[in-house]
Amino acid sequence: MNGGHYVEISHLDVIYDVTKGVFSPKQLVHAVNDVSFTIEAGETFGLVGESGCGKSSLGRAIVGINKPRSGDIRINGQDVTHLHGRSLHDFRREVQMIFQDPYASLNPRMTIGEILSEPMVIHGLHRSPGAREERVTELLRTVGLKPDHVRRYPHEFSGGQRQRISIARTLAVNPRFIICDEPISALDVSIQAQIINLLKQIQKERNIAYLFIAHDIGMVKHISDRIGVMYLGHLVEVGDSSEVYFHPLHPYTKALLSAIPISDPDVGKSRKRIILEGEIPSPLNPPAGCPFSTRCPLADEACRRMPKMQQFGSHQVACHHVNQSV
Amino acid sequence: MADINKCEAVLGIPASEIPEEWFERLSDEEKDSEFVAMQSKTYFQDTWAQFKKNRLALASLVFLFILILAAIFVPMFSPYTYDGQDLMHRNAGSSWQHPFGTDKFGRDIFVRVMYGARISLSVGFAAALLNLIIGVVYGGVCGYIGGRTDLILMRIVDILYSVPTLLYVILIMLIFGSNIFSVLLAICVSSWVGMARQVRAQVLSLKEQEFAQAAFVLGASRTRILFKHLIINCMGPIIVNTTLMVPEAIFTEAFLAFVGIGISIPMASWGTMANDARSLLMLYPMQMVWPVMAISLTMLSLHFIGDGLSDALDPRKR
Repeated sequence: MNGGHYVEISHLDVIYDVTKGVFSPKQLVHAVNDVSFTIEAGETFGLVGESGCGKSSLGRAIVGINKPRSGDIRINGQDVTHLHGRSLHDFRREVQMIFQDPYASLNPRMTIGEILSEPMVIHGLHRSPGAREERVTELLRTVGLKPDHVRRYPHEFSGGQRQRISIARTLAVNPRFIICDEPISALDVSIQAQIINLLKQIQKERNIAYLFIAHDIGMVKHISDRIGVMYLGHLVEVGDSSEVYFHPLHPYTKALLSAIPISDPDVGKSRKRIILEGEIPSPLNPPAGCPFSTRCPLADEACRRMPKMQQFGSHQVACHHVNQSV
Repeated sequence: MADINKCEAVLGIPASEIPEEWFERLSDEEKDSEFVAMQSKTYFQDTWAQFKKNRLALASLVFLFILILAAIFVPMFSPYTYDGQDLMHRNAGSSWQHPFGTDKFGRDIFVRVMYGARISLSVGFAAALLNLIIGVVYGGVCGYIGGRTDLILMRIVDILYSVPTLLYVILIMLIFGSNIFSVLLAICVSSWVGMARQVRAQVLSLKEQEFAQAAFVLGASRTRILFKHLIINCMGPIIVNTTLMVPEAIFTEAFLAFVGIGISIPMASWGTMANDARSLLMLYPMQMVWPVMAISLTMLSLHFIGDGLSDALDPRKR
């Protein structure tokens, strides 16, 4: 691999120990399994997959909420999985995270002013109170809120406004990489578009890279430069956003795309829906070989072996039957 | 209609024909769109407003306030002291000189009850305060660090909890002697455990909340997350628990004094006074009634305050 990528994740594994009690047999959930991809500076990488596929675990591992079991996360060429002390503190200014639930991600006992100045207090930025106040005002303006909101508490705001406050909080430390962990899935559709546009505008102004995690592939396609599709802890397909969206190669991506509702009923009737049989397997007890083999319409003997990520045009796909149609 | 007619009178044209160029957009400041009719309240103001609605709790608070003032000032200005004996006026009934009468040594019961209030209330509040500090820090640390540390620390708590309070008290009395500090120590040793458990449970669930994780990602230190984000969000149960700890400690002190362990004579606590009155209960029941009434009323008012606070602090109970 060349070292020129801004974010480089290689062979990342995140494993949760869910063993109950001291004497029970060990139970491990392999939430993220041998995932590798890269993100360039100022780029948006969209990560999609159904609930429980490990996409949030991956995001949390990057910021250090979960400790990865093995693998590397390099940002600017520096391995960030084993940082501590001063370098960890500096890393916190580089990488920030926006959370899913705008109702849970703001401390209910702090005013908006306190919430927004906390990052500056922690990192010793803008030391005088006047400078901090000015910066808070500037942040509120950036995300489209009014400066006179500083004395209010989070419960006085709507979901969309709270998500704007969350965005302002991450911007307080001037990060270059923001992990957006389903930032819009708890919002109204009309508000979703506003938040997406705000994120895009901020990216344009400040050249911030995003890892955009969501389960709505349509929204992800809209914001992302490239898309990764996850299934049961594995990355199954990576490629340019419109390539993945219009010419999916992995059977799971094809199924995912065929599930998007289409507003035109005539087009909707004529298209072919791929209905997947069965449930997503328990990550406690994943299938041997290809993780998708239990539900894949193309599965055969070859799928007992784990497929390798291979380059197909501009895509990378992990499947033995890339060229067969579903 | 009147306004439209006025418009025509002033401008010479009907309102509907005003050209569009005459209009201009209001700036954000002029629009006043975000005018807040209700003032933003702080947490404390909000709680106080809710608390005031509960008449019983408010009355209890007033009663407690008067009791505290009386406990401070009555012994200071009274001609009698808690141990001054007047053998000419033994076992007297209520009178102007002795509102609550006198006991078998001729000591003024009113002054003794007020002295008792000093001891009982200070034991109660001191125990609650110690309980608050130890319980919150211990429980907070257990819940936040979690894992093996939590397991070991909580097993220690379980062991402490399983030893009967009376056993501690007798042991502590043996070692430190019969005084107010050993009573306090004895009460605290057995009671902080409940607070620690409650805070631990709260912190355990709060630390998974996204605002705590956001603080972590921002690089906040462990101490900062624990105190500024987690403990401040379980202040409600902590305050209620502390308030209810006061009557519990007062009761324990009174109970210990009544069974004869606790502060030594001639110091008066409500419990020792009740114990003194026991031997003459059939002849002079009023000597028993005063200290017992003081205990009951204080306990009741503190419980009402605790209930009022728990309602005021819990938004679901409004």
